Amino acid sequence: MDIHEYQAKKILSDFGIGVPRGGIAYSPENAEYKAKEIGGSRWVVKAQVHSGARGKAGGIIVCNDALEVARAADKLLGKKLVTDQTGPSGKIINRVYIEEASDIERELYLGLVFDRGSECIMVVASTEGGMSVEEISNKKPETIIRSKIEAAVGIQEFQAREIAFNLGIETGLISRTAEVIEGCYRAFSELDATMVEVNPLVITRDKHVLALDCKMSFDNNALFRRNDVSELRDKSQENPSEVYASDRGLNYVGLEGNIGNIINGAGLAMASMDMIKSAGGEPANFLDIGGGATPEKIVKAFKLVSSDEKVKVILVNIFAGINRCDWVAEGIVQALQTIKIDMPLVIRLAGTNVEKGNKILKESNINYIEAHSLKEAASKAVEALKKIEVK
Amino acid sequence: MSILINENTKIIVQGFTGKIGSFHAQEMIDYGSNVVGGVTPGKGGSTHLGLPVFNTVKDAVKETDAEASILFVPPSYAADSAMEAADAGIKVCVAITDGIPSHDMIKVKRYMRRYAKSEKMTMIGPNCAGIISPGKSMLGIMPGHIYKKGNVGIVGRSGTLGYEAASQMKELDIGVSTSVGIGGDPINGSSFRDVLARFEEDPDTDIILMIGEIGGPQEVDAGKFAKENMKKPVVAYIAGLTAPKGRVMGHAGAIVSAYGESAVEKVELLKESGVTISKNPSVIGDTIKSVLEGQL
Repeated sequence: MDIHEYQAKKILSDFGIGVPRGGIAYSPENAEYKAKEIGGSRWVVKAQVHSGARGKAGGIIVCNDALEVARAADKLLGKKLVTDQTGPSGKIINRVYIEEASDIERELYLGLVFDRGSECIMVVASTEGGMSVEEISNKKPETIIRSKIEAAVGIQEFQAREIAFNLGIETGLISRTAEVIEGCYRAFSELDATMVEVNPLVITRDKHVLALDCKMSFDNNALFRRNDVSELRDKSQENPSEVYASDRGLNYVGLEGNIGNIINGAGLAMASMDMIKSAGGEPANFLDIGGGATPEKIVKAFKLVSSDEKVKVILVNIFAGINRCDWVAEGIVQALQTIKIDMPLVIRLAGTNVEKGNKILKESNINYIEAHSLKEAASKAVEALKKIEVK
Repeated sequence: MSILINENTKIIVQGFTGKIGSFHAQEMIDYGSNVVGGVTPGKGGSTHLGLPVFNTVKDAVKETDAEASILFVPPSYAADSAMEAADAGIKVCVAITDGIPSHDMIKVKRYMRRYAKSEKMTMIGPNCAGIISPGKSMLGIMPGHIYKKGNVGIVGRSGTLGYEAASQMKELDIGVSTSVGIGGDPINGSSFRDVLARFEEDPDTDIILMIGEIGGPQEVDAGKFAKENMKKPVVAYIAGLTAPKGRVMGHAGAIVSAYGESAVEKVELLKESGVTISKNPSVIGDTIKSVLEGQL
């Protein structure tokens, strides 16, 4: 789960990390008032959307008086911000963050992630803040500092100090910088985060160490014990189909193609998408309805996939193990009685009682194309699509 | 032979009396697995499915000499149950549970480091279908009848994709020595490499099928291991060619976040290690067949 910058900064501040003074605003008037309340003579108005690269996309505006702040807020609020990371549809700006502008001397990068190889928490830092970590590793890989933290004992002061020295921090600010690194580590481990990224971490001309921007993601599997984090979820930033799916126990990811998929199991779902691609088509989605493939889930899956306007053909691929094919077939027939699908439907069943399952489908009055293998299912789906396109 | 489990392996079920635990325990018993009892804290002393129930894993091990366990415990308690199994001297523990927090798995793995290698538990999963040595024993939730007994070792992350592969093989009359599901989570008990090392030692396994996917470094590490340490051929299929970067594809661990984690990159790196690639999921059986025949 991702959160907004202002939420992440509140967390950092709770863990003793300095952030610029700022406040959230929901309207231009509100923004102007906040700017006056914060004080100073320069402000930054920042669109709050779940995405990086907001600056390049015009989502961050520097202002020199309170009226400009109001205008900037007016320009951003209610609009969709399209960045490199949001996809072409962009993400809605429902609030802006007004922050005092900082007088920057140095920009650094600081990130914490799980290192799956060593199964430790990894601190990644660089002297080249302001660029994305991918960009840094492409352009200035030699500046990247990595430090593995053993989760059982946590970060040690010497490790944080070492990182600070390696970043070339001046002596007077070493312990302050180390405290920032330790604070980020504590936030990461105490809140079940999967990523904490402060980019840039800045040293200001008046010698403060401040988190100028921050992104955090959390482990969805740990939300049951993190109410304070769960409350920060903003569904307006997520794809509506994905929200619909996750609320119903389905795993869905929207894609750009036009062959909709209903599959049981994540691995088989990825494999079926690969097969569609290899047959010359493009998948419209990833959808794992779970190993169980219950009739209820099949109904929900049909609703979800057929509601996508891009979808022209639906491919169902279910490998029934313990849940026999005859039971799955009954579920599909039931589902198609509740919901009308007026596009080609390719169904491939496999596994336990596959003959019985196919017989049930055949004897029902549903209109579908039968397939017996993964390959046949994918090529029949692509064929069906071509027929539509010819028409 | 086979790896990890055989017909003699004594099995207990943790989370035995729950609905899911009961169902799959019965399936395992019906398959012929040597299930000797189960653990549900607070229900010790009772009988379930005709087998004794214990309060703790230690009690169960003491009374039954169980060597293997399978977890059907909800995600919030699963890490604790795995550590309990390790401490009680269980040798192989399969965690079926999906949804264990990554921070908890790191804790479990750190906890297990306290044991000497000879006494250390092998954990398989979480978020997996388990282990089956066809014709001998099933310590998992797979449909046992789709696996034919034979000489191919399977190791994969996904349940249903593993079934797809096993049934393609069965159609070509190719059998399996043991199939191991290591699960779809970012931090797991055993890696591809750990399981490959066991297959290399197993006299009944002649060739290994590795079914990987996007995300994480394990498939590529396993390829390097195979190149440096293995004589047996390895065939691999990597799922997720069409998966977009930075998105989680169902499995918590199926996300491309660094170089070498996409399907295309993994395939390239595995080829460099001499692994034979099944170019799409419909030819997994055929690819194994041709490698087997080339070998004969």
